[in-house]
Amino acid sequence: MQKIGVFVCWCGSNIAATVDVARVVAAAREVSGVVYAADYPYMCSEQGQDLVARAVREHGLNRLVVCACSPRMHEKTFRACAERNGINPYQVEIANIREQCAWILKDKDEATAKAIVLMKAAVAKALLDEPLAPGESPVTKRALVIGGGIAGIETALDIAEAGYPVDIVEKEPSIGGKMAQLDKTFPTLDCSACILTPKMVDAAQHPNIRILSYSEVEAVRGFVGQFEVDIRRKARSVRADLCSGCGICAAKCPSRQADSEFDAGLRKRGAIYIPFAQAIPKVPVIDRTQCLKFRTGKCGVCSVVCPNHCIDYEQKDEILTERYGVIVLATGFELLDLKRFGELGWGRSKDVITSLQLERLTNAGGPTEGRLVCPSTGREPKRVVLVSCVGSRDTTDRGKTYCSKICCMYNAKHAMYIREKYPDTDVTVFYIDVRTPGKGFDEFQRRAVEEYGVHYIRGLVGKVDVHRDGTLHLTAGDLNSGRQIEMEPDLIVLAAAVTPSPDARRIAGLVTASIDNDGFYVEAHPKLRPVESPTAGIFLSGMCQGPKDIPETVAQAGAAAVKAIGLLAKDKLLANPCTARCDEQRCSGCEICVQVCPYGAITAEDKTVVTLEGVRETRPVAVVNEALCQGCGACSAACPSGAMDLKGFTNREILAEVDALCW
Amino acid sequence: MLVTQEQKQQPAAGAAAGKDTAVGKDTGTGAAAFEPKIVAFCCNWCSYAGADGAGTARKHYPANVKIIKVPCSGRVRPLFILRAFQKGADGVILCGCHPGDCHYMTGNYYARRRMDLLLSMLDYLGVAKDRLRVAWVSASEGARFADLMNEFTAHIASLGENVKLRDMRCRK
Amino acid sequence: MTAANVNPAEIRTPEQEADYTEQLLRLADTPVRRCIQCGRCTGACPMAKHMDLVPNRLVWELKNGRASVVLAARSPWDCLSCFACETRCPRGISPAACMEAARLMAIRPAGAPVLTAEEVAALDPEMPQQGIVAAYRKFSK
Repeated sequence: MQKIGVFVCWCGSNIAATVDVARVVAAAREVSGVVYAADYPYMCSEQGQDLVARAVREHGLNRLVVCACSPRMHEKTFRACAERNGINPYQVEIANIREQCAWILKDKDEATAKAIVLMKAAVAKALLDEPLAPGESPVTKRALVIGGGIAGIETALDIAEAGYPVDIVEKEPSIGGKMAQLDKTFPTLDCSACILTPKMVDAAQHPNIRILSYSEVEAVRGFVGQFEVDIRRKARSVRADLCSGCGICAAKCPSRQADSEFDAGLRKRGAIYIPFAQAIPKVPVIDRTQCLKFRTGKCGVCSVVCPNHCIDYEQKDEILTERYGVIVLATGFELLDLKRFGELGWGRSKDVITSLQLERLTNAGGPTEGRLVCPSTGREPKRVVLVSCVGSRDTTDRGKTYCSKICCMYNAKHAMYIREKYPDTDVTVFYIDVRTPGKGFDEFQRRAVEEYGVHYIRGLVGKVDVHRDGTLHLTAGDLNSGRQIEMEPDLIVLAAAVTPSPDARRIAGLVTASIDNDGFYVEAHPKLRPVESPTAGIFLSGMCQGPKDIPETVAQAGAAAVKAIGLLAKDKLLANPCTARCDEQRCSGCEICVQVCPYGAITAEDKTVVTLEGVRETRPVAVVNEALCQGCGACSAACPSGAMDLKGFTNREILAEVDALCW
Repeated sequence: MLVTQEQKQQPAAGAAAGKDTAVGKDTGTGAAAFEPKIVAFCCNWCSYAGADGAGTARKHYPANVKIIKVPCSGRVRPLFILRAFQKGADGVILCGCHPGDCHYMTGNYYARRRMDLLLSMLDYLGVAKDRLRVAWVSASEGARFADLMNEFTAHIASLGENVKLRDMRCRK
Repeated sequence: MTAANVNPAEIRTPEQEADYTEQLLRLADTPVRRCIQCGRCTGACPMAKHMDLVPNRLVWELKNGRASVVLAARSPWDCLSCFACETRCPRGISPAACMEAARLMAIRPAGAPVLTAEEVAALDPEMPQQGIVAAYRKFSK
């Protein structure tokens, strides 16, 4: 006998202002199967849950329907509450009367009517809910971190420190990411390399960390606790076990065609190269698209000069298959390609550069050994213009709608250290707004203006003319004075919008993580679960989730590590009990379900069954492996005989909901 | 025989009046105030979250749309949709993850093919194809979800009441 | 030259201001509310140096419902309709359309255009279409 209790939450005024809660309660009392109905301002609060507990005791309830916020928010809360009170957690249904009712409607009658219908549908489903018990699955106590920038390194270090082995997969030849390219960091102006390289060394030397550089994730199978990942270890053409990192090969390489990725295209590199002096691992790699040996067969200088005979032109890509309990995504960011910003001189003058290129130009390890010069002339610039929001806060198709968050601060940083090193150089920053929320950030930006005499002009550059002699001329809006101004700068630095790594989308597909329209990973809940992907066992670290600066990235990396450790610390995971189930009597053994199952969770096995006609016979029937089944329900929709069903979302339950919604 | 009679009577009785009294709803002043019933099957991973996003952003869409949560668009059997039409739904919309983004890798592709077949069958059954829609809405597309529901509801309202699939034998 | 037919000095009450703003917005048909005042339009405008109300301020005044300021400005008559502002705008707004709206407001009540349909037909066929339209409007006072 089903005894249902209906609990209607006000959610303060969130629901109660638009939905007549009392009417929903009154309507609930009329529904057959409902023996108790009540409302409370905050059902999720301790008092609210006490009210549920009391009602269960006093009225002998065995199913709960909670009319409240989205189940994505508090389904867990109420399931736990039910369990404490002796009700199976899977006999709890949530009617989403906040997001689907109170918040989308204005008219109280309309909202109340809809709330009542949603409540009835939930009751209809609850009536059919069966008690379910989750199975258990083991946890592989090893973590995979995809991306070896500061986010990935930090997450890996934290997980490794907790005692679990971690693999870092980095697609570039060295870990370090974008932070390795930077010169200084805001707001303290300490040297980026000085704080990053020790971390890189820590990661390399940590007994629990294995760095798989120049590698890419190729396939992911399995699920939380037991992911099975194929990692392509791209052929370096250099034997890492023998290489001492002396760099002679790179120095002698006759090819000098390729732009150095690390120096943001400001320098050429050889076909065999070590990306930068502090690279980890410090093992060169042959870029086969550039190498003369691979292109023409004639060269082989590197193999001749190598003292340890490490060069191996025959090396092949290898596929490494490894099992992991959790995966942390730390795929980082790129800068927006500015090819559609030609009016700002991009692509038309060498002296129009991105902020990342400026970092390389001021970095002691950069192409100019830290001397700021105009790339076209090699002379020190006397007037530098920094332009904010190039492609950020742009709703047209050439830009990104979001604020890139870091540019205001790095513009102030760049302006400051240009003024510090070259007091005669005039620096002007064009901006829309200066956004400096962060500890010590606004003070930092004000110092740029007040102590370093950086000119901040509210307005953006509209047009840059490149004269025949290579000089630049720009016109910009000066909003505070309400007029147009002109300048002839020697160097223009564009703060290009940040974008997610182009690989993020591919990796999202592999691990089935959600991704937003801009290509950033979506978090499970924007406020309460900011470092988790909606997919169990996938965590997010750093820029891949949204624009953020280094302190925030490190904080998020730590948070992701804690979440990952929490999972790895468990010996068993409770599996989702909403798995497929086969009615063997009805199953005809057609094996359509075997083909549609994306997890290989269904097999056809010979079994002795009693048919509907009462005949005992042995024939193949579908058998579901509950440990593998993820509960997508593809089999239950494909089954021609209606034998396959999905626990928690049974055919009968969904039909009952349909009936309730359509009256 | 009974069916045809009922069908003949239906337009005469007036779509709004006949239906709304059955529903027990106040017809109000405007006789043309046809309120379509729309069932939306939403994938738990994307469009259900998108619907939540629409709510969180306070984007308005009509109360006519009632959502049923399913684990995946591939879970939806054509039977569920036919049942909805049979029980008096005027429109059904199935929302899943964008192609390539399915949480279960392939569910939305199966859904797309299955719905393609169902669409061609709907014509045969006498239900306008337009009454069933398949759409992809991601978890971050709250505004799009609301726009889609507004547009779909308006479209269904313009089609008028769905009478064909009512199971007349079961009518009291 | 200011808009002669709508005397901005006569716009006194908030209601009139709102009414004219609404008319202007309807004529401009561009989402001025999206403006974030970045000033790229002003930076891009080849005539901004000669304007009393630069493009970004024109959009700003329109967005904030000050039609009188817009209609009193000379800038709409300095505007070349080159659409550089529209092309550069990161928010998809057309300041050029706002300029055009201000011109139209001034011209519209004056009645028939000076250039008749025959005269337009007699114009050089090689002339860009936009030139014909501009001629139509600018000389129709």
